[in-house]
Amino acid sequence: MSELYKHFNHNNRRHFIKNASLALGGLAMAAMTDPLKIFGANSNAQAMPDLGNGPLNLPHFAPKAKRVVYLFQSGGPSQLELFDYKPLLHKLRGTDLPESVRMGQRLTGMTSGQANFPLVGSQYKFNQYGQSRAWVSDLMPYTAKIADELCFVKTMHTEAINHDPAITFFQTGSQQSGRPSMGSWMSYGLGSMNDNLPTFSVLLSRGTGRLNGQPLYSRLWGNGFLSSLHQGVQFRAVKDPVLYLKDPDGMSRAERRKMLDHLAEMNHFQEEKFGDPEINSRIAQYEMAYKMQTSVPETMNIDDEPDHIFRMYGPDSYKPGTYAANCILARRLLEKDVRFVQLYHMGWDQHDNLPGQIEKQAKDVDQPTAALIMDLKQRGLLEDTLVIWGGEFGRTNYSQGVLTDTNYGRDHHPKCFSIFMAGGGVKPGFTYGETDEFGYNVVKDPVHVHDLHATILHLMGVDHERMTYKHQGRRFRLTDVAGNVINDLIG
Amino acid sequence: MTTKKHLPKKWKSLWFFIVPFLFLFLFKMFLNRPSERDLKVIKSDEHNGSEGGAAVGDVGLPDVIDYSLHVKPILSDKCYACHGPDGGTREADFRIDTKEGAYAALKDDAHAFAIVPGDFENSIAMKRIFSEDPKTQMPPPESNLKLSGNEKQVLKKWIEQGAVWSDHWAFVKPKKKEVPGVGNTSWPKNEIDYFILAKIESEGLSPSEKADKETLLRRVYLDLTGLPPSLEDIDEFLSDQSSDAYEKVVDKLLASDAYGERMASGWMDIARYADSHGYQDDLERVMWPWRDWVIHAFNENLPYDKFIKWQLAGDLMPNASMEQIVASGFNRNHKITQEGGVIDEEYRVEYVVDRTSTTSKALMGLTMECARCHDHKYDPLSQEEFYGMYTFFNQLDEKGRIEYNETPAPFITLTDEEVNDNLSFIQMPDSVNKIDLMVMKDAPGLRKTYLLERGVYDAKGKEVSFNTPESVLEFSDKFENNRLGLAEWFFDDDNPLTSRVYVNRLWQHMFGVGIVATSDDFGSQGALPTHPELLDWMAVSFKDSGWDIKAMLKKIAMSATYQQSSKITPKLLKTDPDNILLARAPRYKLPAEVIRDNVLATSGLLEEKIGGPSVKPYQPPGLWAETTSGVGLTKYIPDTGKSLYRRSLYTFWKRTVPPPSMITFDAATRDFCEVKRQKTSTPLQALVLLNDPQVVEASRVLATTTLQNETLSREERIKHIFRSVLSRYPSQKELENCISYLDDIEEDGDNSEEAFAILEIGAREIPADISKHQLRAYTLLANMIFNLDEAVTKI
Repeated sequence: MSELYKHFNHNNRRHFIKNASLALGGLAMAAMTDPLKIFGANSNAQAMPDLGNGPLNLPHFAPKAKRVVYLFQSGGPSQLELFDYKPLLHKLRGTDLPESVRMGQRLTGMTSGQANFPLVGSQYKFNQYGQSRAWVSDLMPYTAKIADELCFVKTMHTEAINHDPAITFFQTGSQQSGRPSMGSWMSYGLGSMNDNLPTFSVLLSRGTGRLNGQPLYSRLWGNGFLSSLHQGVQFRAVKDPVLYLKDPDGMSRAERRKMLDHLAEMNHFQEEKFGDPEINSRIAQYEMAYKMQTSVPETMNIDDEPDHIFRMYGPDSYKPGTYAANCILARRLLEKDVRFVQLYHMGWDQHDNLPGQIEKQAKDVDQPTAALIMDLKQRGLLEDTLVIWGGEFGRTNYSQGVLTDTNYGRDHHPKCFSIFMAGGGVKPGFTYGETDEFGYNVVKDPVHVHDLHATILHLMGVDHERMTYKHQGRRFRLTDVAGNVINDLIG
Repeated sequence: MTTKKHLPKKWKSLWFFIVPFLFLFLFKMFLNRPSERDLKVIKSDEHNGSEGGAAVGDVGLPDVIDYSLHVKPILSDKCYACHGPDGGTREADFRIDTKEGAYAALKDDAHAFAIVPGDFENSIAMKRIFSEDPKTQMPPPESNLKLSGNEKQVLKKWIEQGAVWSDHWAFVKPKKKEVPGVGNTSWPKNEIDYFILAKIESEGLSPSEKADKETLLRRVYLDLTGLPPSLEDIDEFLSDQSSDAYEKVVDKLLASDAYGERMASGWMDIARYADSHGYQDDLERVMWPWRDWVIHAFNENLPYDKFIKWQLAGDLMPNASMEQIVASGFNRNHKITQEGGVIDEEYRVEYVVDRTSTTSKALMGLTMECARCHDHKYDPLSQEEFYGMYTFFNQLDEKGRIEYNETPAPFITLTDEEVNDNLSFIQMPDSVNKIDLMVMKDAPGLRKTYLLERGVYDAKGKEVSFNTPESVLEFSDKFENNRLGLAEWFFDDDNPLTSRVYVNRLWQHMFGVGIVATSDDFGSQGALPTHPELLDWMAVSFKDSGWDIKAMLKKIAMSATYQQSSKITPKLLKTDPDNILLARAPRYKLPAEVIRDNVLATSGLLEEKIGGPSVKPYQPPGLWAETTSGVGLTKYIPDTGKSLYRRSLYTFWKRTVPPPSMITFDAATRDFCEVKRQKTSTPLQALVLLNDPQVVEASRVLATTTLQNETLSREERIKHIFRSVLSRYPSQKELENCISYLDDIEEDGDNSEEAFAILEIGAREIPADISKHQLRAYTLLANMIFNLDEAVTKI
C-alpha cells in the first residue's frame, strides 16, 4: 500500500478532494484521487511523495531504524534459564523465598496457595560470551555466538501477571483490548515503504516445548481505533498465505486481469454518473489487491532460497510454518521494506516440567533467531532494522509445584525479565540493567514496557509523546501517559 | 535507501503537490468566503482522528462568535487537560471550563483576570495564549498542543464581543422549536425537510432531485431490512403509480421480520454481543436467546424506554416477566475470563466497569470510562460520579474468574416448555430442552462500593453511593437506589441526553453519519450538531411519540431529504464535500453484514429463518486451530446445508478470532461497546469479494438460476443477473461491457477440465443438465457484478 495511496484514502483525503475539486473538472480530479492513475500502473514507490511528511509530520527526527522485526516469545520465557545468571539460587536451592525479597508482590492464583516457595536455580550452565562478556546459558548456543551483536535488557518489568492482559499490554500499551497494536501505530505514523505488501505483517508459529501453549488473539495485531488500513495482516503457511488471496480454483491470472479490467470500466461508468471520488479509491484497491496476489506468494515462496540459507536457519526452516521458516520469511519481508514484521512463537509457559519443555522451546528459536540477525547483517539491513526478542513477562525464582532433583516449574513473574535487541540503532554487545541476586527485583536501571515502546519509537524517529491519535476526544498514544526513552540503549 | 538520500527527493515531489494546492486554496478562499462561515466550526491545524463532524473551514471568522459553537471546542481541546474538570491535574488552581472559574480573579493576583469581557488587552489568558515566549506561552510547548492562528483570533474576537458564556448544548434539555420557514415550500414532505432545506437555502444551494424509483427502493430496503428488494418487489413498485406507493413499501418493510434482524445487528455492536467469553481461552457462551429477544423487541416495536429499561433492569421490574429477565442479559454480554491464576476481584471490577461504560456510551453518548482513574479531562464527570454509576452495576453475586464449562452466575434456566409457553421468540433447536442464560440479578443486601484510586481494583478510596453525573441530571430522591431507579433516571422528562442520543443514532443508521457526527461522544470534545434544532425537534418528537422507533424511522424515510439522489455535482463537491448540508443523499460503504446478506439474497441462497443458535458459514480453514491452546473452541467446523446461508448476524462470533470476512469489512470486534463503525476501503476487502467461496458460490448459483430460465436471451440473462444484484437495469454502456466480457470468457477463456473447478466451489450442487461452459462464463460475470462498487455501496 503506497504512501500516497493511503494518504489520499485516509485522513487527508477529504481535504485533498475539497481543494482539488475546486478548479478542476471531474475528470482531472478523478485522476488525482487515484494514485495509480497519476503515475501509471507501473510506477514505483519512489516516484511518489513519501507520506513520511504527511499529516503527522513524521518522522520527528532522523530515524536510526526504518523497519522492525519483533520476535515475540509468547507465554513468558524464563530469564533465569536463558540470560539472567543467578548462582545464589543454587546455593539456596529448596529454601523459601524470603519475604524481604518478595516484599508483598502479588502472586497469580496458581501459586498463591502454595505452602512454600522453594528457590531453584537454572539447571543449565551459564557462560560469558564475546568481547562483551554477556551471560548466556547452554540453551542458546547460537545466540551466545553472536552476543556481540546483541543488546540485552535484564530489567524489563510489566504490570500484568497473567497472559491475556500481559500480552495485550505489550502489544498495545494497555492491558484491556481496544488500543491499536504497535505495528498498527507504526503503519499509521510512518506509513508504508512499498506498494504491494502490507505495512504490518504477522507470522505465527507453535513451540515444540509446549504444544498447547498459551493462545493468541487476533486483536493482538488489530488496528484498534485506527483505520483498518493499519491492521496487521497475517501471513500463513497454507495454500492461501493471506486470507482470500488466491483466485478461485479454475481461474487463471489472465482471466482475473480481464475481470478487473471490466470491473474498472464498469466502476468508471458509475463514477462518471455520480461523481463520487470514492469509486476511484475502490478501483485503486482492486489494483492493489491484484498486485498483492502476485507479490505475497512470491515473498512466501522460499524455495528459491539457496541451501546454505536453509542450513543457516537450521533444519526446521525446511518445514513451512515453523519459527525457523518464519524467520526466513521475515527477512524476505524486511528486504522488501515491510515496515513492521511481527512473529509470535507460542509455548513459553513453563509452569511445570520446565526442563523438558524449555530445551525444546529454546531449540526452536535459538539458531533461527541468530541466523536472522546475521542474515540481515550480511545483507546490510541490520543497521536500519531493529530486531527485538522477548515475551510478555518473566518467571519466578521459586518452583511452582514440587521441586525434585530433576524437575521444577516456574510461575509468572512481572518484576524482572530479560529481552534482547539487535541492529536498528541499539548498542551492540551491551547489557543493560541489573537484577538482585535472587533474580526477583530490579536493583538498577528498570525498563518498563512503556519505556521500551518509547525507545522503539524513538529509534524509528518518533517522539512517543507526539505521535497521537484523537479518538473520542482524547489523544491516545502507544505509551498511554507514561514511558521514557532509555537513551543508554541507543548506540 | 537512507533517509539522507531520500529527503531531497521527498521534498521535491511534495512541492510538486503543494504548489498547485496553494494556488487552489487561495483561489478557493476568494470564492467561498461567505458560505463557509456558519456551516463550519473553527479548524485546528492538527491532524485528527476519524471524528470528522462539523469541523473544518479555516477561512474567515464568523460575524458573531458563539461560545458553544466556536469557543468551547478550542478551550476544551487545548486548555482543559490542565485547566479543566479534573481537579487532580489542574495547574495554577485555574479552571476555564466553568463560568465561575474562567471569570474569577487569578489565585496569585486578585486584581488580574484570565478573561475580562470586552477587554482583550487585560485578559491574562489571552496574553499567555498570544505570547511568543516559550516560558509564558499557553499551552506550554511541552504539552504538544498548539492553537492555530485562526483559533487565537476566534478567542480574541469572542473577548472583544463581550465573552458571553453558555452551557454545554447537550446538557440543556431539548426544546421543540418551530420548524423554520423555507423559500421552496413545495419541496418539504415533512418537518425534517424544513430544517434541512432552511440550511441548504441559507448557503445559496438547493436540494438534489429525487432519486429514481429503483435507487430509492433499494436504499430503503437496505436501510430498513438489510436485504435488497427482489425482482418482484421492484416490478411491483415500478408499476404502482399511486401517490402512496413508496409509503406502502416503507410500512411493509417496517412490518417485516427482516426489519428486526437489521436493527438487532446494529444493537449487537452496542451490546458487545458474542458467542464466546473473549479472554484467553475464549470459551463458548450461550447468549443467542438474548439476541433473539432483541430481534423480537424491534419487530414488536417495543417502545425505546421499555426496550432499555428491560435491558438495564428487567429483573427488577415489579412482577418481572420471564421476557423482561431475558432482556436484562444485555449487561452480561461483556467479556469474562477463565484464565488460570487471575485475581478474581481484578476481573470482577473489570466487568462492573464495562457495564458502567457501556451503559454510559450507549445511552448518554458520554465517555464515562475516562473518569475511572481520575476526573474526566474534558467533561464535567467526576471520578466519584463514575463510581456512583458503577455502584448500580456492582451488586451482582458474580465471579471474576469462572471455571471451564461454567455458565457464569447469575443465570436462569430456560426449559423448552417455558420457551413454548412464554418465550416463543426464542428459537430453541429441537435437540435442546434447556438452556442456561446469563441475566442480571442483584445479590441480597448491599455491596459497599468504593471509589477505586487510579481505577485499580484493590486501591479502595472513599465509600460511594448510587449516583449519576449531576451535570446531566441530578439523581434525586424520587429515583430508587437500584438499576430500576437508574433506568427511570434515563427516561426522566428532564434527562437531556437519552432521546437526543438515540434519535441521533437512528439518523446515523439512515444517513451514515449522525447529526452529531461523534455519536459516541456528546461531550465537550465531541462534534457539534450540524442541525441542532432538527436534533432537538426529533428528540422531543420521539419522546412525545412514546418512544416509537418505527415511527421515527418512518418519518426519516418519508422525508424528501432521505429520498434525494446521491449524485455529487461538482458544485456540491466544492461547497459541501462532506455533505454536511445533506443537499444530496449520502453514499457510503454498506455494513459488513449487509454486503454478505446481499450476496446471499440476490443469488437465492439466503435461508430466511429467524434466530436460534449461531451458525458457522465458510471460513478459511485453520484460523481457530492455529491460535488455540487446545481448550474450548479449538477447531472451526463449518456447518452444512442451510446454515451456510443464514443472515450474517447469526454468524458465530468468537471474540479472539472473529469471522475474517466481517472484520475485514469494518465490523466491530465486540470486545466492548461500539456505537459506530469505520467505513474504510482496503485491498483486503477486494480479496474477500473476489475469492471468498461464499461469493464465488453465490455467483455460480445466480448464474445457474439465470441459465435455467431457457426463455431468456443472452442479453436478458445479463440483465437478469445485473438487476438481481443491483436492483436496476444496466445502461447501454454497461450492457455492452458485460457482453464483451462474456465474449472474452467464451472465446478466450480457459475451457480445460481444470477450469471447471471454479464451479465446484461451495456446497450447493450443480444441476446435471446445465452446460458447464455457459455456467462458468455466467459465474464469472456474476462475480464481477458482485464486486462492483455499487454492489457494496448505499447510493
